Amino acid sequence: MPQLEVEGKAYEVDEDGFLQELDKWSRDFAQGYAAIEGIEGVLTEEHWKLIDYIRNYYTQFGIAPMIRKMCKDTGLSLKQIYELFPSGPAKGACKLAGLSKPTGCV
Amino acid sequence: MAKRKTPMLDELENGKWPSFISDIKQEAEAREKTNVDLQAPKEVCNDLLDILELSYKDREGHWKHGGVAGVFGYGGGVIGRYCDQPEQFPAAKDFHTLRVNQPSSYFYKTEYLRQLCELWERRGSGLTNMHGSTGDIILLGTTTPQLEEVFWELTHNLKQDLGGSGSVLRSPNCCIGKARCEFACYDTQQACRALTMEYQDELHRPAFPYKFKFKFDGCPNGCVASIARADMSVIGTWRDDIRIDQKAVQAYVGGEFKPDAGAHAGRDWGPFDIEKEVIDLCPTHCMAWNGEKLGINNRECNRCMHCINTMPRALRIGEDTGASILFGAKAPILEGAQLGTLTIPFMKIEEPYDELKGLIEKVWDWWSEEGRNRERLGELIQRMGFAKFLEVCEIKADPRMIREPRSNPYIFWKETDVPGGWERDIKDFRKKHQK
Repeated sequence: MPQLEVEGKAYEVDEDGFLQELDKWSRDFAQGYAAIEGIEGVLTEEHWKLIDYIRNYYTQFGIAPMIRKMCKDTGLSLKQIYELFPSGPAKGACKLAGLSKPTGCV
Repeated sequence: MAKRKTPMLDELENGKWPSFISDIKQEAEAREKTNVDLQAPKEVCNDLLDILELSYKDREGHWKHGGVAGVFGYGGGVIGRYCDQPEQFPAAKDFHTLRVNQPSSYFYKTEYLRQLCELWERRGSGLTNMHGSTGDIILLGTTTPQLEEVFWELTHNLKQDLGGSGSVLRSPNCCIGKARCEFACYDTQQACRALTMEYQDELHRPAFPYKFKFKFDGCPNGCVASIARADMSVIGTWRDDIRIDQKAVQAYVGGEFKPDAGAHAGRDWGPFDIEKEVIDLCPTHCMAWNGEKLGINNRECNRCMHCINTMPRALRIGEDTGASILFGAKAPILEGAQLGTLTIPFMKIEEPYDELKGLIEKVWDWWSEEGRNRERLGELIQRMGFAKFLEVCEIKADPRMIREPRSNPYIFWKETDVPGGWERDIKDFRKKHQK
C-alpha cells in the first residue's frame, strides 16, 4: 500500500490516492492534499462547505451523495464544483473529504 | 518476444483469423527496437502478455478492483486500471485506458491516424481497441503521469477530445448513414455530431443518476444497434410511399439484378422468386405481384425494410423522412435486459434539432430528479410507468407505442378523471347499505 506524506505526516492511500484509514482524516490532510488535486493555495470557505457536506452525508448514510443531491443541498452548481475541485466531485472533493473510492462503471 | 514463456497464448497464433497475440508481440518487438523516447514502460506489451498468460493459467483476472484516474476539468473519459501483481509485472502495474471520441461513422484520414499512433506509441502502450462498443477510439494502457500529457497533446495538436465514461452522456454513435447508404432516412452523422457538441458538459462531467447513451440508426436495419444499446435510439423511417421502379422490379424477376445485392451468392438458392422471397415474407402481407407489376399498400406497410433490402435497385425509402425515437434499452443489470420502447413514432430530424433537444432535456430533467442512484432510464420507466413517462415527454398515448394492450385489469385512474373524486364518507354509503 503506497504511503503519502502530507504536511509531515504519513497516510496510507491506494494507487489513486484515496485515504485508506478513514479515521485518520483531518483538516490538515485535506489542506495538504489540495495541491495534488490542482487546487492552489488555502482552501476557501466554499471548498470547506462542500467537504463538510460530503463528510456529514457520509457519516449519516454511509455513502457519498449523488451529484444532483450535492448541488441542491450546497447550492453549488456542477460548474462551480469543478471550478473549486478541478478533478470533479468524485475524484476531487470526495478524495479530500477522506471518503473511500467511488466504484462502479467509471 | 515476451520475457516469460506464453505457451497458451502462443496457441492463439495458429488459425486463419488475425491473431491479437501475434499483433501484440509485434508491437512488443517494435518497442524493443524503436529509438522513440518512450514515456510509458518499454516492456508494457510483454508484461501485458505475461499477465494474460497468468490469467489463462489461473482462469482469473489479474486487475485490481476499480481505479479512479482522470484529467482535470473532466469527471470521466479515463478508466483507471492497476495490475494485482505489480512486482511481477512492473511495466503494466498501472494500465489506464483513455476513451477518445471518434468521428461519426469512423471515417478517417491516414494523416489523423498517424498522428494519433505517433502520440500513443510515445506516451502509451501502443495498443488500442478500434473501437470500443460504444464507439470510442480506445487507447489501451498508460501510466497516471501520462494522462494529462496525452490529453494536452490530443486537444492542442490533434484538436481531439476525450469520450465519456461514468454517469454521463456516453459518446454518441451512428451508422454510416447518408455517407454511403441509400437507405438512410436522415443524416445520422450530422445529428450524432451536433448532439455530441451540444451536450459536451453532460458528456464530460457526471451529473446523471447513471450512464446515458444516444445512438443514431439511419433506418430500421439498425446497423449501430441503437434499439438494443442506447437509452435513446433514433431510428430513421418515412411516412409516405415506398418508391417503386417497376422496370427494375422486372430486372430482378428476369434475373438481371441479384437479390439482396448478391448477399447470398455463396450458395445456390435457385432463381429469384419474387413471390416466395418478397411478397410472402412481407410481415403485414401488404404487397402484391401480378406477373408484371409490384403493388404495395403503403398504409399497411410497417417499414420493416425487407423488400427494400431484397431489391435495393427497384425499391426506395419514401421522401417524407424522419425518425422514430425509442427509449430505455439496457443490458440485464439490475432489472433485466430491455430493448428500446417506441415513444415518438415520427419526428423530423433536421438541423438545428430543436424538437429532439427539447425532448432530450425533458427526459433528462425527469430522470435526474426521480432516478435512483445507478438506475437506468429504462428501469425508471418501468418503476414509474410508461404513462408517467409520456406525461414527462408531453406526448399523448398512441396505439403504436404498445405491442398489445395490458391483459390485467389493475388500471390506475387519475382522481380528476373520476366523477366525485376519492373523498368519500362511509356514513353516506351506510345510508343505502346495511352492515
